Amino acid sequence: MEAHEEKPIIYTMENKPIVTCAGDQSLFTSLYTSLAQQLPRESMEWRRSYGRAPKMIHLEANFVQFKEELLPKDGNRALLTFPFLHIYWTDCCDTEMYKASVKDDMLRWQSTLRLHGSVDWLIVVVESEAKKKNKTNILPRTSIVDKIRNDFCNKQSDRCVVLSDPLKESSRSQDSWSAFLTKLRTLLLMSFTKNLGRFEDDMRTLREKRTEPGWSFCDYFMVQEELAFVFEMLQQFEDALVQYDELDALFTQYVLNFGAGDGANWLGSFCTPVKRWSGLLLRRPIDMEKRELIQRGEASLLDLRSYLFSRQCTLLIFLQRPWEVTQRALELLHNCVQELRLLEVYVVQGALDCWVFLSCLEVLHRIEGCCDRAQLEANCSHTVGLWTYATEKLKSLGYLCGLVAEKVPTSEDLNRTVDLLAGLGEERPETVNSLQSPYKKLNEALSSVEAFEKHYLVSAMKKGDPERAEGFLDDSLRSYVAEGWSLQVTHTRKQMAECQKLLQQTEDYLQTSALLAGDANLTVEERKHFCQEILTFASQPPTVALSMAAFAQLRQMQFSPPGAVVHVGAALQLELRVRCLMPVAMQVEQLAATLHFSLEQGGARGRAGSAQRRAGHGPQGQGDGVVLFPQGSPLAGAGMGASLLPALELYEMQDRSPSDSSLTSTGVVCKNMHLLLRRHDSSASLDTPTAGALPAAVAVDDGAQMLRARDITLQPGDNSILFTAPVQPGSYTLRQLCGSVGRVQFVQSHIYPVVQYEVYSQEPQLTIEPLSDNLLAGIPQKVTFTIATGHYSVKKGDALQLSNTDSMPILHSSCCSATVLSSTGGQHLWRALSIQSSEKVTSISLPPTPPYHTLEFQLEVLCHIPPTPFKPDIERLTNGEVRHRPKNHSHADSGMINIDQKVSIDCPWSIYSTLIALTFYVPFKARHSILSAGKRKYIQVCLQNVSDTNFHLADPVLTERQPTVSMELLSLNVKTQQPVCSQQSVFCLWEMRWAKPLPLCLHCAFSASFAPVSASDTHTAFKPYRYEFQLDRAEISPPSGDQHCRTGALCGLEVSITRQAEPSETEGEEEESTEIEGLRTTKLMYEVVDNSSNWAVCGKSSGVVSMPVAASATHRVQMEVMPLFAGHLPFPNIKVFKYLPHNAVPAIQPDTDSCLENDTISLLDKGLDDQGDTASIRSRGSVHSVGSGEQQRGLPMPRLEPFSPGQVFYWSQGRQVLVLPVTDDHVMEVNVT
Amino acid sequence: MAVCIAVIAKENYPLYIRSVPVQNELKFHYTVHTSLDVVEEKISAVGKAMADQRELYLGLLYPTEDYKVYGYVTNSKVKFVIVADSSNTSLRDNEIRSMFRKLHNSFTDVMCNPFYNPGDTIQSKAFDSMVSAMMVQAS
Repeated sequence: MEAHEEKPIIYTMENKPIVTCAGDQSLFTSLYTSLAQQLPRESMEWRRSYGRAPKMIHLEANFVQFKEELLPKDGNRALLTFPFLHIYWTDCCDTEMYKASVKDDMLRWQSTLRLHGSVDWLIVVVESEAKKKNKTNILPRTSIVDKIRNDFCNKQSDRCVVLSDPLKESSRSQDSWSAFLTKLRTLLLMSFTKNLGRFEDDMRTLREKRTEPGWSFCDYFMVQEELAFVFEMLQQFEDALVQYDELDALFTQYVLNFGAGDGANWLGSFCTPVKRWSGLLLRRPIDMEKRELIQRGEASLLDLRSYLFSRQCTLLIFLQRPWEVTQRALELLHNCVQELRLLEVYVVQGALDCWVFLSCLEVLHRIEGCCDRAQLEANCSHTVGLWTYATEKLKSLGYLCGLVAEKVPTSEDLNRTVDLLAGLGEERPETVNSLQSPYKKLNEALSSVEAFEKHYLVSAMKKGDPERAEGFLDDSLRSYVAEGWSLQVTHTRKQMAECQKLLQQTEDYLQTSALLAGDANLTVEERKHFCQEILTFASQPPTVALSMAAFAQLRQMQFSPPGAVVHVGAALQLELRVRCLMPVAMQVEQLAATLHFSLEQGGARGRAGSAQRRAGHGPQGQGDGVVLFPQGSPLAGAGMGASLLPALELYEMQDRSPSDSSLTSTGVVCKNMHLLLRRHDSSASLDTPTAGALPAAVAVDDGAQMLRARDITLQPGDNSILFTAPVQPGSYTLRQLCGSVGRVQFVQSHIYPVVQYEVYSQEPQLTIEPLSDNLLAGIPQKVTFTIATGHYSVKKGDALQLSNTDSMPILHSSCCSATVLSSTGGQHLWRALSIQSSEKVTSISLPPTPPYHTLEFQLEVLCHIPPTPFKPDIERLTNGEVRHRPKNHSHADSGMINIDQKVSIDCPWSIYSTLIALTFYVPFKARHSILSAGKRKYIQVCLQNVSDTNFHLADPVLTERQPTVSMELLSLNVKTQQPVCSQQSVFCLWEMRWAKPLPLCLHCAFSASFAPVSASDTHTAFKPYRYEFQLDRAEISPPSGDQHCRTGALCGLEVSITRQAEPSETEGEEEESTEIEGLRTTKLMYEVVDNSSNWAVCGKSSGVVSMPVAASATHRVQMEVMPLFAGHLPFPNIKVFKYLPHNAVPAIQPDTDSCLENDTISLLDKGLDDQGDTASIRSRGSVHSVGSGEQQRGLPMPRLEPFSPGQVFYWSQGRQVLVLPVTDDHVMEVNVT
Repeated sequence: MAVCIAVIAKENYPLYIRSVPVQNELKFHYTVHTSLDVVEEKISAVGKAMADQRELYLGLLYPTEDYKVYGYVTNSKVKFVIVADSSNTSLRDNEIRSMFRKLHNSFTDVMCNPFYNPGDTIQSKAFDSMVSAMMVQAS
């Protein structure tokens, strides 16, 4: 304490506000320890002026003995030496003594204070019991204090406090201590507020004067720093920092204004050339050296900045914000460099680099000194900038002083080095003993080349190690390529090429060189250089395979012919368009495309098949045979590729049903879905194979099959190369492309999209196709003969031998012509064709045709219409054989009857005959009906045109096949010729007149002529159409007994069923015919129903009969009916069904009843169907009533099948019988056809 | 005024980059590329929760002796980088902000163009001329 008294050391962190002590020094000394301890124990709230937030502060004080010199003189604004409070200590308790000496002393003290205008004072009266006891003549205790208050504190009674027994441990003593301390703190703060406020006001006034000419920043700096010191003293580092930041900003603003042309006079001192660049000094709290320079106005810009920053740094570290230091340091260094430039201060070249280097290291050291390793590592992002900056500066120093050049430094370099080292000055005492000081480092680094490299390597960790460098470069290249930064890619590749050349990695070097030679970012000279490198290597072994991507890009490939499908022997040319990326023309010895060959039914597949494939989704999407290769420069491609998906490859898909080639479904198919739907994430994008980074080793595929082009010169830019494909049947896929330049091979390991072509071999083929949609029977029709010659060459004299048939004559003129088409569909040649006809064969001699051509000619054929009703299911063969084919041959919608006409052709290329079926459609359909009007009968023939063609119909005639005299057919048709439009009908009518009773059967024939409306020559074109039919007549058996039926009486009904025709075989297949005693029978079920309630059927109304399979077989059944009304009643209806018994029934007795019984049993055994039916069948005994409902339910077996319309002729249809109130017998006949 | 203006896609490849003077292009490319790390750091420093009301302007990314690099990130993570000359003291934060705003508006216009595929390099003339107006005239 006492030591401090004499000369207070300012500018250390131990600074405390000064409090002077006057009066009894020994008394104070005894109390000092506890006072100094207790004062900072409690915090006080400090209310600030100017709206600043109040703060809690712990007060400390530096107690010094009162001296008059301590009191500030006028004009001295030093705050640190300013005594904030003056205390007078006394323990006087004797009035006499007070009056004698103490009072005078106090008066003197007071007057001194008043003289200096200091109003912050306090009088402390210490009372002690001990002292009181010693004195006998004590006045009441208070009297001294009262006297003092009375004498000195006329209005401020609080300026005098009593401290009772301060050295005793009593509660009274405690209370008085705390009251005293509170008072002391309050007064101190009041003094602070007052004095600092006054100081700040003065400072502001000074700042406002900054535009005046004589103003000096340095003076102002000292003033404001004083304030900062005080704040620092009060532990208010934040406020202190604000002061420095304000100064910083003010200075910066002046410099900027200077740059803008508004220079202040005082700045002149900062513009003097920089003579010292010793870097920042952060190890001292206050760099007094620099401060004095500033005070004297002799500081350079670097000095000022350095000092300012060292103060800011100190405060920031107090504030525990070391990372702000690094950030601010970097800013400061950049800023200083800029400011020196702006102020146009002369600096020795390299001096700033030295300064920055030293400063960076100094800051880093300072930070390392106050943080542990873990903290440093966690915050390396804050220090990396400084390290980088230091490295950069060291590097530039190295260049400047000739330390990195391959040759030794020149004398000029050495001079420069000496100059720079001189500017560093002496090493500071703080770091003299440290081995790693920035000063020593720089000194050493600049001393020799070896030392420089050592230091540079330590700080940069690079250079001189191409292997490691290549690894780093490769990494960065990958990321540049992945992110598509082309300039960086080029630059890095250049560096890499250097490394690879050093490392003798020939293949990699060549690959990189190839990429660089094709790099548009480089100058042509550079590219040529790299190109030359490749050529140099190409002239000597070993053989090297490189990726083609760097050398050339595939642009497109074009096939000729465009379909890329050729037959054996034809020429297939492939034009490849390649963009060569090299800067000069390249001589390529051989460009070879490896082929993948597969036999893949190439030969077997017909022409049609491949054509279909071509039209559909062939490999070469476009019809013009051009394959475009996706573009993208090798540089930008990867980067874009990471983000841009490949284009959609869509194809139309049509699914046709195999049977009738109708469209079942259609859609669009994406072919490269696997590429598009692949997951794309950021990591994957970096891994995508890039053209930039070294591609994986390319393997040359030694395929047997190759397309070759030799000795090509590839000019820079687009080139076109022609390949001629070999032609062996099969399917070829292009796999690799390999260009050889000397020993260097450029390999494109995959060709995408897939390029394919096919060579096929084809058998000769003959097709005959109608010219129109449908061939119509009865009129001449044109058919086209097409011969695809395939590998067969048609020689002179080759002929087609057509077997003649009567039903289909070939109409020919002696000569017609044939067209010969080449496989590409190019040439059309007309050749004569001669046709000779003999009795058996028609021979068509073909013109000579080369292989893989198509020969086409047309012939007219005529198919005779067979007389109707003909069996539509019979097809005729040329050899007269009749075959049965499945039914249902009528045309799908029009109901046209068709005739399949087979033609047997002998072709010259085959020993077998070719059978070709032609389907003809009969254009008409005829129906007949008998109409009655009273006793008159008419025959009506309805002729329907079922074709799509319009016809003229002429001369319809109806005749009897066996003319009878008794019968006459009277035509009622007016017109002889009339048109029949498509799908329309013509009706013709004849009246039948007869004299004698008619025969049972009448065979008639209808004939007419027809010709297409479009036919030019109507008369000759008319073709006959015949329709034959027979009319059957029912006999009315007159009742044997009574003449008339009578109501209410039973009468007999005879049902007569007559088979009119032999069943055809097809019918026989379906109908259950059984052989019984050598007689084939068919089962029929009849049923008599009367819907109009005219008749009541008595007894059994239905039954099953077995009809012998022979024409005119008649079965008669007697039954009883009862007319319910009198009058002309229509006959009851009789329904006839085919009866199809269960197959399991072994034999069917001719007897109906037993047969039925058998059925019933079989039904029961099988337990089929519902019980009700079975029961009803049983209850009725032998009668099997077949209801329509039963039929609908589809009894499994036996079943009934109705006859198709027209098969049953109801003889008694529409006939009536006169019913009288008497019984009558009737015979009813039913004819079955 | 800026010496280099770059628009960087979300995936960190350049959509647009232009600098004056031209001869130092590589250096600017490196500068811009390096600044992306700082952008990344700044974006990730802002918490996920704050991402919604995040300030698009990232401020000074990193200063070098000669240049100041400023960053801006759109909500779709497209980055704008402006490099300004350090000696150009007239450029204040506000000017930089307004430059970014202009850049963003113009970029939005580009994106609105139906003929522009997002992810392609920007070739719009309007954008180009707007950028030119913000750049130091090469003289």
